[in-house]
Amino acid sequence: MEPLVVGHLFPDYLNIYADRGNIAVLSRRARWRGYQLEVRALGASAEIRPGEHDLFYVGGGQDREQALIAPELAALGPSLRQAFDAGAAFLAVCGGYQLLGGYYRDRNGVELPGIGLLPLHTLAGSRRMIGDVLLECELEPGSKQTLAGFENHAGRTILDTGAKPLGRVVAGFGNDGESGYEGCCLGRAIGTYLHGPLLPRNPWLADWLLEQAIAHRTGDLPVFEPLPDELEKQAHAVSARRAESRGGRF
Amino acid sequence: MPGKLLWKLDPGAVDELARRLPLGSALVSATNGKTTTATMAAGILRAKLRLAHNRSGANLVSGVASTLLAARGAQLGLFEVDEAALPEVARRLRPRSVCLGNLFRDQLDRYGELELVAGRWRTAVKELPAESALVVNGDDPQVGDLGQERGPGSRTVFGVDDPRHAHPALQHAADSIWCIRCGTPYEYAAAYIGHLGDYRCPACGHARPPLDVVARGIELEGIDRVSFDLITPEGSRRVRLGVPGLYNVYNALGAASLARALGATLDEIQDGLEAFHAAFGRFERIELGGKSLLVLLIKNPAGANEAIRTLLAGEAPRLALVALNDATADGKDVSWIWDVDFEPLLPALERLIAGGDRAAELALRFKYGGFDEREIEVVPELEAALDRALELTPAGGELVALPTYTAMLALRDIVARRGFVRQYWEAA
Repeated sequence: MEPLVVGHLFPDYLNIYADRGNIAVLSRRARWRGYQLEVRALGASAEIRPGEHDLFYVGGGQDREQALIAPELAALGPSLRQAFDAGAAFLAVCGGYQLLGGYYRDRNGVELPGIGLLPLHTLAGSRRMIGDVLLECELEPGSKQTLAGFENHAGRTILDTGAKPLGRVVAGFGNDGESGYEGCCLGRAIGTYLHGPLLPRNPWLADWLLEQAIAHRTGDLPVFEPLPDELEKQAHAVSARRAESRGGRF
Repeated sequence: MPGKLLWKLDPGAVDELARRLPLGSALVSATNGKTTTATMAAGILRAKLRLAHNRSGANLVSGVASTLLAARGAQLGLFEVDEAALPEVARRLRPRSVCLGNLFRDQLDRYGELELVAGRWRTAVKELPAESALVVNGDDPQVGDLGQERGPGSRTVFGVDDPRHAHPALQHAADSIWCIRCGTPYEYAAAYIGHLGDYRCPACGHARPPLDVVARGIELEGIDRVSFDLITPEGSRRVRLGVPGLYNVYNALGAASLARALGATLDEIQDGLEAFHAAFGRFERIELGGKSLLVLLIKNPAGANEAIRTLLAGEAPRLALVALNDATADGKDVSWIWDVDFEPLLPALERLIAGGDRAAELALRFKYGGFDEREIEVVPELEAALDRALELTPAGGELVALPTYTAMLALRDIVARRGFVRQYWEAA
């Protein structure tokens, strides 16, 4: 099989919370399952050919860099939505999560355009939500999993009515510090504030994304055999304990 | 502690105490190197002056207050100041000189985004007394630009001019890579450390300002020394530092420029810099019963990359103890380890002891960096980790330890308890 292709959107701008850690985990775990994974950087006015990418990754940036890049990303919106409709998977973290929504409105009421892929919008808040987070998720019905990470955002993300969050907040702030939910999940697309980075200590999610990417490529959803993941489990447990003891709340 | 109390009871007392210093105060701030720069400057200035200097790294307002309280008879205050505390300290002390070294992403959970810190510094600079001398690192786009707020008579710009030591490309840990005026990516004639270098915006022309104090002819001599030509408007000197690495050239340039602004002669600057010794955790070697321990503090991507780059100027370690804590002083968010380039260590590394409260996370960083998981031992408890690492160190050999800040303090205490170190906290 040809390598799986990850489209990494604006890696020079959106990389603040160690996003390359997520990419490293996807690459290695794909290889351990016998798949090659090729990461292609996508910058301004990149050409996204239909079917070319199996997974898209968007990281977080500082406010200034996000503002610099938002119009460029929005311009790629139509081809990204097309790729999503054709079954490509998405992982968007922090600022990337916001930019996959409808828009981000700053404190002066100025709106940064999003690509409108995820059913949500984000409003600048006055209090920054910083701390360890623990979520309970059920991406596949009947299969409950937890995600442990770190959040650091002033934006309050509001999901549209009926939109599915990524998980329920066990400890931490989540989307807006109030709703008790975090992230958003739509088909094969996931948006979340959790970094740390997210995937090393939550390898089940990395595997889920890779399975979706392979399904996009082959039309068949593979089922991976679990890996031992002893270090991953330890790191997850420590991070989860941190969230429970010092996760954020207003 | 008395400083903290005073600061709580009567914040204005800090201003009052500072005004008693007959020669006023000087401040040093930076993401990386502020302790070393301030200590180097103290070494130069102590030749002529009695200093009040917060040597123990107590660099918040309360730490400055403590130092002032204990500063009987001092003529000049010389303070290392936390980046976030700089505006408050500057407002209260009304310093006669300020040295600003660099801004890198660091502990985003505590300091916020880089732009935020840069904005606060800009305000602090605007509020400085007109007669204050400002010293800035021109090689950092954000920091160098702060100098433009002031006339040439009251500012000094320092920087490195030696493209032989430039990186072929910007490192991953480079932060200020977009023109601060127009947002276009800078072009670098030379990039030395992260985004520090000789930059120019191809769109609007914003560029490194002309340098007043310059390092040229830099010779990196392994993990022990570095020498360079220190070029100032008053003349030049060959300076031989007893500490390694390009980043220490930057620290020395900052210290030299600050001391010069405060009236030190070129001879005093050279003597002071050459007498400087490493502090614990900054390439200091400690003898531990037939083995030695080399401790390199790591606290953010840019600083850790330079520590590793300098370490690899010597023999690459086959065994390393890397210790990651996540207390407030380390940053509760440990994401940053994924932005550190640990990979250059991997070809020679045979065994990793991962220590500290977040040892497992660190182990993952190495595992997903390509290091064999079977060669990683996760030992969170630091004393046990140190003992295990020493056990694996051959007699006469050297153990390299890379701890984060609170892990470094803990290691220091363990080693001191065993009676192996002099009173290094005097110099730390």
